[in-house]
Amino acid sequence: MSQSEVDKIVNQEYKLGFSTDIESDTVPPGLNEETIKFISNKKDEPEWMLDLRIKALHKWEKMKEPHWAHLNYKPIDYQAISYFSEPKQAPDSLEEVDPKILETYEKLGIPLEEQKMLQGIAVDAVFDSVSVKTTFSKTLNDLGIIFCSISEAIKDYPELVKKYMYSVVPMTDNYYAALNSAVFTDGTFVYIPKGVRCPMELSTYFRINAIGTGQFERTLIVADEDSYVSYNEGCSAPQRDENQLHAAVVELVALKGAEIKYSTIQNWYPGDENGDGGIYNFVTKRGICKGDHSKISWTQVETGSSITWKYPSCILEGDNSVGEFYSVAITTLAQQADTGTKMIHRGKNTSSTIISKGISALKGQNSYRGLVRIENDAENSRNFSECDSLLIGSHCGAHTYPYLESANESAQIEHEATTSKISDEQLFYLRQRGVNEEDAVSMIVHGFCKDVLNQLPMEFAVEARELLNITLEGSVG
Amino acid sequence: MLEIKNLKAQIENKEILKGLNLKLEKGKVHAIMGPNGAGKSTLSKTIVGHYEVKVTDGEILFDDKNVLDMEPEERALNGIFLSFQNPVEVPGVNNAYFLRNALNAKRKFEGKEELNAAEFLKLMKSHLEQLGMKKDMIQRSLNEGFSGGEKKRNEILQMEILEPKVVILDEIDSGLDIDALKAVSEGINRLKSEDRTFLVITHYSRILDYIKPDYIHVLQDGKIVKTGGYDLVHALEAEGYKIIDEE
Repeated sequence: MSQSEVDKIVNQEYKLGFSTDIESDTVPPGLNEETIKFISNKKDEPEWMLDLRIKALHKWEKMKEPHWAHLNYKPIDYQAISYFSEPKQAPDSLEEVDPKILETYEKLGIPLEEQKMLQGIAVDAVFDSVSVKTTFSKTLNDLGIIFCSISEAIKDYPELVKKYMYSVVPMTDNYYAALNSAVFTDGTFVYIPKGVRCPMELSTYFRINAIGTGQFERTLIVADEDSYVSYNEGCSAPQRDENQLHAAVVELVALKGAEIKYSTIQNWYPGDENGDGGIYNFVTKRGICKGDHSKISWTQVETGSSITWKYPSCILEGDNSVGEFYSVAITTLAQQADTGTKMIHRGKNTSSTIISKGISALKGQNSYRGLVRIENDAENSRNFSECDSLLIGSHCGAHTYPYLESANESAQIEHEATTSKISDEQLFYLRQRGVNEEDAVSMIVHGFCKDVLNQLPMEFAVEARELLNITLEGSVG
Repeated sequence: MLEIKNLKAQIENKEILKGLNLKLEKGKVHAIMGPNGAGKSTLSKTIVGHYEVKVTDGEILFDDKNVLDMEPEERALNGIFLSFQNPVEVPGVNNAYFLRNALNAKRKFEGKEELNAAEFLKLMKSHLEQLGMKKDMIQRSLNEGFSGGEKKRNEILQMEILEPKVVILDEIDSGLDIDALKAVSEGINRLKSEDRTFLVITHYSRILDYIKPDYIHVLQDGKIVKTGGYDLVHALEAEGYKIIDEE
């Protein structure tokens, strides 16, 4: 790919979220072949993609919405949703934005220009990360790294997309994955060539891209042999979206000796204290360690959404491959989260680590659900799981659903689980030493999640810590 | 320095302190002795604003401020320190990190500059050495997995670093072996000063032999019923609390 092409892609991406000249077509609510054709046509997709979308639609129509999770929400009318809606009506200036949101931006230290972008306000072209992006694009381009929107990839790299899309999360994997396969609007594509170590955290400087594509996002990351990439998704700034239903799909492929580190901060609008108005987040994230000695590591900090249904998983197919899952999930207000992971051990000497920290406050309900499966041929495989829950107050809940299956005698599986409560005695002890109540809660919570926060890339970790404090404000009453 | 007037307090709707009067003098060490259930721990909890205690009458004046109007952390920042009878474990919260935060909260309150990590570590290490504590106290989580003796020494460590004006020691001697008792007592003696008041609550005379209190108060049924000098300890030791009833 030439420099100018990269620039073009990058600049288009840049415009996507906040430019005022996006065509504002909207399809009427409802989901049928016509809708799919409309979307595909809007995106100027090749025929094969449209065919796949339609195939997914028909499969989805025959599937049933799952209800096994520990979640409670009003039924979703899928025919009442518009699957390609006109861009949000952006405010003209920050004065029109909810002061509460601005206050949060302030606390997170988000620069003014970026605040505007997050709210969809058009900004001047001098916004300084444009030049930053151009510099980075050149670096990536020189290394042969492909980093573009999935729509772009479908047009420009059809062979890679055809080969890997649906290879980790099949079209019919689950109800929401099938829905996403039919209607996905955009997302990210990353390809790291053989032996290349991506020299920067991807998406740190591109975080704005996600805006406007959040509803049915589709991401595909392929790390070719002996390559490395660290990808950061989302951001700590509160994100609002009029679309209540989110169903994203993320697929990761690590070939022989490759390593993918995927970090997420999820802070979609959580709804109010009655659970009204928040985002329903039904996400399918899965990676495959396809080659020997490959590694996939998921780290997530989940603080937003009113409903979270999410199980970032690893299929450990290559021998000696490694899967990791580090998670902090906070539910406060009336939020509900059913989240965890699946570690499927297929290859020999595969190992997986699961560290999950659930924090519940006010009326929040937090469930850990995780599967560790050791298959027949997975000689000498091991898993270590630690699932801890912390309760703040007496109206919240924590639940743990571990599933352990082993078909190989040489496997080792360890599972530890604890549930604890921030006790009045702990808070009082810290306050007696002069620490105020808010700092005391924060200290206890940070202590609790330390092992997971340490896994985040530095810059992300700083944001995550701030975010935890903000999320927990007012959770002690 | 700290004056308690006609203090009445309840725990779980039961009146424990029944019009208690006590004056703690600057620079002096006061000991409170008394039978089980007399209200010794309730008294210490009331002074620091523990959530279980409900005050129904009276006042506690500290440098002419009414302590009862203050939040627990305000009382701490003003210089009131309680060494807990059973310090609670706080997993994952680093001992040094916590103590630096507490010290800096106090320094900020007093308008002093906060200590950075390096300055604080230096300070903490010197105190650890004095108290005969291991260096790993810096990395370990606050009270988590500490032995009884380690917990008590850690309380003394916090006291030494926070340099409070009023120190309440609630059964600091319980469960300590002789070496730990000595180390703890030495820590207390090191901190004795003209500007500081100690209130030592105990069942036993053993620790009092080390720290030599200026006054002994006997607490019985929610009131101070007798006050005397250091020799009162031995009379109580020999005769038990019945000597008070006989008077």
